[in-house]
This record gives sequence, structure tokens and C-alpha cells, in this order.
Amino acid sequence: MNVSRTVKYEEELDADFANEIAAMPGGEKIWDCIQCGTCSAICPVSVYMDKTPRRIIGMIRAGFKDEVLSSVSPWICTSCYSCTVECPADIKITDIMYSIKRMAMEQKTYRRFVIPDIEDEFVKMVWKNGRLSEAKMGMKVARKSGLRNLISMVPLAWKLSRRNRLKLFHTERMANPEQLRIVLNAMQEHPPELHVKKPGVVPTHHHEAVTT
Amino acid sequence: MKSYLYYPGCSLKGMGGPYEQSLFSTFRKLDLKLTEIPDWNCCGATAYLSVNGNMAIALAARNLAIAEKDGGRDIVAPCSGCFLSLNKAKASLKEYPELRAKVVDALGRANLQYAGTSKVRHPLEVLMNDVGPEALKKLVTKPLKDLRVVPYYGCAILRPYEVLGDSHTPTVLEELIRITGATPVDYPYKGRCCGGMLTSGVQAVGLRLAEILLEAAKKTEADVIVTTCPLCHYNLECYQDHLRKSTGKDLDIPVMYFTQMLGLAMGLGEREVGVDRLLRRPMTVGVTA
Repeated sequence: MNVSRTVKYEEELDADFANEIAAMPGGEKIWDCIQCGTCSAICPVSVYMDKTPRRIIGMIRAGFKDEVLSSVSPWICTSCYSCTVECPADIKITDIMYSIKRMAMEQKTYRRFVIPDIEDEFVKMVWKNGRLSEAKMGMKVARKSGLRNLISMVPLAWKLSRRNRLKLFHTERMANPEQLRIVLNAMQEHPPELHVKKPGVVPTHHHEAVTT
Repeated sequence: MKSYLYYPGCSLKGMGGPYEQSLFSTFRKLDLKLTEIPDWNCCGATAYLSVNGNMAIALAARNLAIAEKDGGRDIVAPCSGCFLSLNKAKASLKEYPELRAKVVDALGRANLQYAGTSKVRHPLEVLMNDVGPEALKKLVTKPLKDLRVVPYYGCAILRPYEVLGDSHTPTVLEELIRITGATPVDYPYKGRCCGGMLTSGVQAVGLRLAEILLEAAKKTEADVIVTTCPLCHYNLECYQDHLRKSTGKDLDIPVMYFTQMLGLAMGLGEREVGVDRLLRRPMTVGVTA
């Protein structure tokens, strides 16, 4: 029989993780969470998440960095802002989900599946043309989600292109995308993540190890 | 004649073509002028914000800076996603001075200035506030009598910036529906997520959300769903065949833009408002002919 442990000891946790999140836009109030679960209840997709929004916030504060950064939950978030509007502690949970995604992307700890790949492609297309070509993007997405998926989209693509809503071979681009790249290149001189304040001291009473 | 800057975003130049067409024709009829922002770029949507936060804000802010050059006209952003991205950039640059300094510097290298003075507005709000219910009512020549309409707002024009009032109980779309002579039905999911990008990314989840909305819409026995966003429109309109096959439920219902509805009521032709480009024609055909 193989006996293993899934619960972490306190020293295995990352005590500074919550401060890292708190230093990014929207995370400022993370220590005000009362774990009421309103976010998870209002979230239209929490039932599909591996960790609900309430649990994500709890785990960030407890220091479960690896678990949070490899969670699929922020990638399932549709950015509908229901949690942000409902939160009784005014925590911008949607923005925290974005912060987790960016950290996971930066540290390459995200779960490899179609959504992060799409977002990468999106960014590349913006750098190249300054705008998005829906047909080209759609094709990339469909290809990534398998041949069957690509084929299943053909009738819809045909109907839309007949109504001049899907321009199959058209590239939507700026007249002068170089103008945009000047701005983006200048931004690249800065770290990709905005830290609004220096990481502070974690209140010690938040340090108990928590089981997941 | 009131004049606005127009930020189309990528969708209105593609899938949301009928939205742009009906926006142009109704605004023309109302004597409102739209001037496209010169060489605008992508707003960043939700995707860019997931990859690089600073750059996403700078991307959206470039459009705002170009708009400021124009000297004070409000920006009309019909796509709810663009409306949110541009407003989010504005709010972030106000809230985080460190970020603002970086973005101002980056824009400066492309000879652009950012002061945060331009206002980003959704056409639904523009119609109701700048033109006003009374003036709109006067222009309705072909009331859409007997038409039962689902008012669907989607997320981004309601939250997190509650420009239409409290995000739980918006009523402006219902008001507009009544102005056109149609009847808004009671729809509990009017601000619930349509599935967003998930219909492309994780279809099982995205399509489930669209299914919930369509099923509730069918229960109201309405004739048509009216939307305010090209992504909501796509998710609700384009997967009905797919959902019929996968769930066995009849979820067929026409979906049109609020600008198309208003245009028809003001006597514009179906081709002028792009109703002929929808996958399923709304029943207005019989009513307005």
C-alpha cells in the first residue's frame, strides 16, 4: 500500500504569495475576505472549476502558491464581474483571477490546454496587425481543439460567410501597426506585472496551515 | 446634429457587421454623426489582460489618446467588450499613478498624449440619454406591435462599471423595447453570462451557459432576443443548431441587436438594418411590412 500526503506542512507554503497578489491591481483588499462564498455562489462557472473562487482566495492567503497557479479555475473565468460586484468586502475577484493567470503565464506553471494557447495567439496577432481577424483566430482555435471540432464548424462558417459576417481570407489590420508597436515596445521595458506597492508584512494570524 | 467618435473594435468589422450596419442607419436617421477613430487598434479584450496587464492597459489607452486629439467628443463603443476594456483602462490609469506614468511615457514615444478626458459610452445609453425616450417615440413610425422581446444585456455593460444604474435591475433596454411598440418579457437572466470566450475555448462549459439562456428565453414564449453585444449575439445565435443536436431541445429563437429593432420601428428597411444577415429572421417581417 502506498501512503502519501496531500496536505502541506506550514513550512512548505509560500507565506508571501498573498502579498504578491495584494500588490497587483484589484488584489489590495484580499485580507478583508470573510470566506462567505458569495463569489462562488454567484459565479456562473464555479461548478466547472477545480477550485471555487472562495477557495482560491482562501488558498492564496494560506500560501498554496503552486496549487493556485496550476489551477484551471482562472482560465474558466469568463470575466463576467458578478463576483466583483457582489463581494461584501469589495474584493475585485475578477482582477485577482487575471493576476493569477498572468503569474502562471510568466512562471509557465499554467495547465496546458486550449485557452492559454488562444490568448497567446491573440497577443501575437495584435502585435502583428494591431487588430484581430475573427476568421483567422477562429481557425486557429478550432485547429487547436481537434480536427473533429474544425470540421464541425464548417457549416456555421459557410452560413456566416454567405451573410458577409465572416470574411474567410481577410486580414483585419491597422494602416500603420508600427505606431502601435512603438507603444508596446516601450511598455516592454517595464516588468509585465504591475506591482502597485512593495510587498508588506503578512499578518501573522493568517499563517496557520490550511488543508485543501 | 450631435457628433461622436466611433470605436468599432474588431467584431463590428466582422461577425458584428449587422450591428455596425444598423448602428449607422439608425444614428443617421436620428441625425447623430459618427466619426471613426483614425487607425484605432484592438482593445485587448479579455485575452491581453490575461497575458500582460501593463501592456493591455497601454493598448486600450492608445485609442483613448488618439480620441483626445480630436478635442472632446465622446467615444461610442458599441461592442460591450470594447466598452469595458476602454473604461477599464481609463479607471486603472486614474487609480494607479505608477502605471499611468509608464503608459504616458510609452504613448509619448508615438507622439500621443493621455490626459484621461475622453468619455467612453455605449450606444444604448447614448440613445436613451442624449436623444431621450420622448424624441425616440416621435420617430417610431412602424411600431412593432405584438412582438414579444427578451431584453438581454449581457455582462460588460452592466458590470463592474454600473453605467446603466444598479447592475441587478437594469431597465433601459425594456424601456427602449416599449418605445418601439413591442413588449419586453420578464427575463430573469438578463445580466447572466452568455458563455463569453468559453464557447470557443471550453465548449462544454460555454455552450451550457448559452443553453441556459436560450432555454429560459424559450420559456417566456418571446419572438426574439435583443442583445447589446456582438459576442453575446454570436453565442446565442450561432450555436442553436449545435445545441438542438446535442441536447435534443428546441432552442431556436431569432436574436437581433437593439439597434436593428429600433431601426425597424423607425421605418428603416430590413436590408438597411441588416436583418437579412441574421441566421434566423425575427418575426418583424409580418409586423412591419
